Amino acid sequence: MLFLETLIGGLLAGTMYSLVAIGFVLIYKASGVFNFAQGSILLFSALLFVTLHEAGVPFVVAILLTILALVLLAILIEKLVLRPLTNRSPMTLFMATLGLSYAIEGIAQGVMGATVHELDLGIDDVPIFIGDLLVSQFDLVAAVTAVILVTVLALLFNQTRIGISLRAVADDTRAALSIGINLNHIWQIVWAVAGMTGLVAGILWGARQGVQFSLSLVVLKALPVLIIGGFTSIGGAIAGGLIVGASENLAEAYIGPAIGGGITGWFAYFLALAFLFIRPAGLFGERAIERV
Amino acid sequence: MTTLSHAGNIILDVRDISLSFQGVKAITSLSFSVQRGEICALIGPNGAGKSSLLNVLNGVYTPDSGEIHYESEHFHKVHPFQAAQRGIGRTFQNIALFKKMSVIDNTLSGLSRHGRSNFIEHAFKLPRARRESAEFLERSEAVLEFLELQSHRYTMVGNLAYGLQKRVELARALVASPRLLLLDEPMAGMNAEEKQEMSRFIADINRDLGITVVLIEHDVRVTMDLSDHVVVLDYGRKVGDGTPAEVQANPDVIAAYLGAITPGSVH
Amino acid sequence: MDTHHTMNDTTILPRTGRLDAHLAPVVIKDGKSLYAWLWLLVLAAIPWVGSEYWINAIIIPFLILALAGMGLNLLTGYAGQTSLGSGGFMAVGAFATYAFLTHLHLSFPVAIFLGGLIAALVGLIFGLPSAKIKGFYLMVSSLAAQFLLEWVFVKFPWFYNYSSSATISSPSIEVFGLDISSAQGKYYWILGVVVLLTWIAINLTRSQTGRNWMAIRDMDTAAAVIGIRVNHSKILAFAVSSFYLGVAGALWVFVYLGSAGVQSFSLQRSFQILFIIIIGGLGSISGNFIGAAFITLLPLALDFVSQTLFAGMVDAGVLQNIQKFIFGTLIIWFLIKEPEGIARLLTNARSRLSVWPLRF
Repeated sequence: MLFLETLIGGLLAGTMYSLVAIGFVLIYKASGVFNFAQGSILLFSALLFVTLHEAGVPFVVAILLTILALVLLAILIEKLVLRPLTNRSPMTLFMATLGLSYAIEGIAQGVMGATVHELDLGIDDVPIFIGDLLVSQFDLVAAVTAVILVTVLALLFNQTRIGISLRAVADDTRAALSIGINLNHIWQIVWAVAGMTGLVAGILWGARQGVQFSLSLVVLKALPVLIIGGFTSIGGAIAGGLIVGASENLAEAYIGPAIGGGITGWFAYFLALAFLFIRPAGLFGERAIERV
Repeated sequence: MTTLSHAGNIILDVRDISLSFQGVKAITSLSFSVQRGEICALIGPNGAGKSSLLNVLNGVYTPDSGEIHYESEHFHKVHPFQAAQRGIGRTFQNIALFKKMSVIDNTLSGLSRHGRSNFIEHAFKLPRARRESAEFLERSEAVLEFLELQSHRYTMVGNLAYGLQKRVELARALVASPRLLLLDEPMAGMNAEEKQEMSRFIADINRDLGITVVLIEHDVRVTMDLSDHVVVLDYGRKVGDGTPAEVQANPDVIAAYLGAITPGSVH
Repeated sequence: MDTHHTMNDTTILPRTGRLDAHLAPVVIKDGKSLYAWLWLLVLAAIPWVGSEYWINAIIIPFLILALAGMGLNLLTGYAGQTSLGSGGFMAVGAFATYAFLTHLHLSFPVAIFLGGLIAALVGLIFGLPSAKIKGFYLMVSSLAAQFLLEWVFVKFPWFYNYSSSATISSPSIEVFGLDISSAQGKYYWILGVVVLLTWIAINLTRSQTGRNWMAIRDMDTAAAVIGIRVNHSKILAFAVSSFYLGVAGALWVFVYLGSAGVQSFSLQRSFQILFIIIIGGLGSISGNFIGAAFITLLPLALDFVSQTLFAGMVDAGVLQNIQKFIFGTLIIWFLIKEPEGIARLLTNARSRLSVWPLRF
């Protein structure tokens, strides 16, 4: 029973990792960028939302205003960072997003302050029984939200023009350009959508542990999640998040006590390393043949 | 130490090599042999498996089956580093130079496998490291002179003209004193004059330094003039093998490759 | 193992005498050595010019950060392997040095050297995956190192000699007659280490070892094909890099701070070192000093500006965030405009200056 509860707790926490990782996958597929700033964007959006909300702006309006800000941010990033760096190495782009994360964090906390904000969504963080299993109600709500979000995204990308353009770009950038798809436009949309997944994750996570700087650190968990799931697959991101969440929780419960505990800080990375040696392209990723 | 070709002395014998990528066959049971001291040309349409074959020969790809006999050894797979150690030099179709290094540094890097001093000796500039470094520099300068590149020695290769980059790549392979040199389209993208110059260098390398050359080239006339031996590939299979004259007369080859163009025309 | 022998049996044969015309070895002209001596002179004179505050609070951390930058630059700027574990390897150097000092009672220079070696060993182990994985994937290995090491140096009290604060602190140290607790003593000590390790780094980068690294950085497949031992070279780069970082970590604790915990070597430290080399210049030795100077002086400059313009009305937290914003923006700006950092900007400016009079 303890095993099952630990597993389920981990899986539910893992949905949050998945949510963050999906933002990464979207951006990686559309622009080949490993976006280290995803965590800062998450912090920025949660901070903006909670600041507006605390100032008396109604919930829905605050969400809409934050989304508007995310769209503006995406346009700025595309114009000021991505466009000048077109055709540069993935590593350069990665480092640029590292700089971006500092810039966003600096401005977000400089303007809105660095204090911890309470965020009450009206969901009690109390454990409830489902059959014989003790499960956190909050985790359950978060997981359901994540599932809804993923479904919406999947519909968006499979049914809409924008979604189809995005897939065209991801499959073959040059071909997509030749049929008149505006790449810059696609990038702006993708960064904005990735920002919105960040907003959802930020609000959920912020409600649990307060909206504060440490939210941006969730980006660090995304790397192992993506390695395990593959950089290019949304399904992989979901699976990777669940695997990391569950195994972290299990490891902390079963291995942790033997070696002093607190191993969730590094466990995911070693898991990802192990995966790299067994399946270098991740569970769902494809590996290109090296041509010389 | 060989300067002339010895009839009947085979340096490279490819036996029944097959290679596929995710189920797509790139090379199908290919066999041929190369005499020591000759220039052997691999020709065939794009996608015939020529570059893949070179990649198998120096270990970048591992064949599905078959064996390679090189000098006195035979192997199924070889690591690129071991291939270099055994004296197999290589240039690439899409130039694979070290772009942020100068011409002389690119050339010097080709001597890495001859290095005997270790990093501690390098760190403290110990006598053996100094000696070796002077010796390497001298050798590299000699090769740059041979290929008429001296005036570019401190230029970053990324800033060089395409034709010169091809030559630097040749210098990098040549400086290591290979016994077998694999050249992947050494004249691609060059004008007639540059091609002639490159042909001259290849002929000099072969004749004067006794290095066996296997090359891929699309320009039929250049190929026929330059090589002693031609192997024709089509869809990963061998369709012709012989002297340039024999190959040009071979009906299968004409059907597969030369068909559309008269021998001697520029492809 | 005679080089002459191996070279001779494959020597290229002369034909027209062109190839055996033995050129006098070309001396790569470097007017830089004059600059180096000048710099050394300036550095040696600093204690007579600068105040004790400047030496302790600015010059010393600057030199140590430059050394750490050099460590990461050898790995990333020269060998092309990314790492976000610099902080972790600095911690290994510091804690290992502490262990040699307290448990084995070794003298400080010996302890620091051995501490560096232990860091090199740990770096080598976490560099092993580089044989199979590259790029983003390799970052996982360095992050695994960073987080595991942070955890280890908190969880196992042996490393900080069971002190209640979980920190390590320098015993009173006197080396070669220089009292290391005085500002001057510290300064000369660090200067000595930095000059020696800089000289070694320059030698390495100009040797076959350095060329192997750069070849791997520029194109590793081609490097293997021309006979470079790619995996061996990569792992060596990890070890050498971590040695530098380990020594820098030990100096950071025992000479600069005096006492510190593993928090001094968090992921933020890794980022800071990375920023030093991006701003200063990837693949440049002098760039490490420029980047470190930049990163040490920028907060002071901002502080000065806020003091004079706003009379200190901007609170420290906001100032810190402004600083963060400026760093982030600068990183992006450098990557866009001058990917080779300030070092390249200076070289360009110098060469423009040197031809300038000739244009008239």
